[in-house]
Amino acid sequence: MSDERGGVFGRGEEFLKFFSRGMEFSKELLQENEKLRRKLGQLQTQQVSAAQNPDEWAKLRLELSERIEGLEVERDSALERLREVEMENHHFAERYVEVEEENNALANLYVASFQLHSTLDISEVLKIILEIVINLVGAEVFAIYVVDEKTNRLEAVASEGEPLSVFPRVPMGSGVIGTSVGSGDTWCGDVSGSDDYATPIACIPLRVEDVSIGAIAIYRLLQQKERFTPLDHELFTLLAGHAATAIFSSRLFANSERKLNTIQGFIDLLTK
Amino acid sequence: MAKHRILIVEDSPTMRQLLVFALKRLKDVDIVEAQDGMDGLRKVTSDEFDLALIDINMPVMDGLKLVSLIRGEQNIADMPIVVVTTEGAKEDRERALALGANEYLTKPIQANKVLSVAKSLLKVG
Repeated sequence: MSDERGGVFGRGEEFLKFFSRGMEFSKELLQENEKLRRKLGQLQTQQVSAAQNPDEWAKLRLELSERIEGLEVERDSALERLREVEMENHHFAERYVEVEEENNALANLYVASFQLHSTLDISEVLKIILEIVINLVGAEVFAIYVVDEKTNRLEAVASEGEPLSVFPRVPMGSGVIGTSVGSGDTWCGDVSGSDDYATPIACIPLRVEDVSIGAIAIYRLLQQKERFTPLDHELFTLLAGHAATAIFSSRLFANSERKLNTIQGFIDLLTK
Repeated sequence: MAKHRILIVEDSPTMRQLLVFALKRLKDVDIVEAQDGMDGLRKVTSDEFDLALIDINMPVMDGLKLVSLIRGEQNIADMPIVVVTTEGAKEDRERALALGANEYLTKPIQANKVLSVAKSLLKVG
């Protein structure tokens, strides 16, 4: 009997413990439910508040739109500036190339001019003209003609690429060379080359004070030289004047030297 | 910074002056001129150079002979050499490069091209 009572009490205590745990769990659920209700209430309040202030949203949207527009203008301006800087760079690069070309031209012209007036010896002057035409113009076959005042013909006095004997004597005013020298105008033809020594591919008359004293006739360019460049034409202009005066001066100097020697000979003869 | 020493071997005074004119745009450069291959050989074997510019068609000794002699001389065999010439044929270029030239420039030359090649071989900016 007492065993039965003990068993009933034991089960009763277990039931009470189970019941109290269930009660605690129910309390926790109720607390959680309350928290969620509060949270939901807050969110509903915020939503209602936002819905009740559309001006605030519009203001904010406007500010953001203006800011976006401002940034777009800034971006366009930066892109425009970038384009300008790129164009400036391109312009500077082109200018740099031009300046380099001008430097090259000036270097060639300076050297040519310097060398032409570095001597009064006619053979040296002719050698220098040959060097300039070979090295600075790039000609392979050419001749320097000088006017023979007695016969009024042009006669080759120096040449490159072919012996002097192949170049014809040219009457003034006749053919390409004679006409060019007569008119004083540089003549340029087909640069592919000419084996006809009466018809060069270029003829540069040499003139001192509007008087032609000779010419440079070019018949063939070096293999790697395809055409005459603007620098070549500048060199032709320089040669037309400076080579002419160099030849003229050296001839005058040679004549005066000869006369001086003759006079000195007479003086020596008379004073002995 | 040590000066770069450059030897120009060229029989034409006009070309020598033009090459000097071009190379003087380099900073700290000392340029020595020789008027033919033999003169060039004397100078290159008795002095130290960082670069040589050599013409091909020259009296006494031509430029290609000088290039091959330099390449055969142990002390100066690695000196950079630029051949400057009127000879524009492909086989002339190949021959010069095969003999040991580093660069091959044909006349008429441009001063800025010479300068650019010299800068490259001297490894200067």
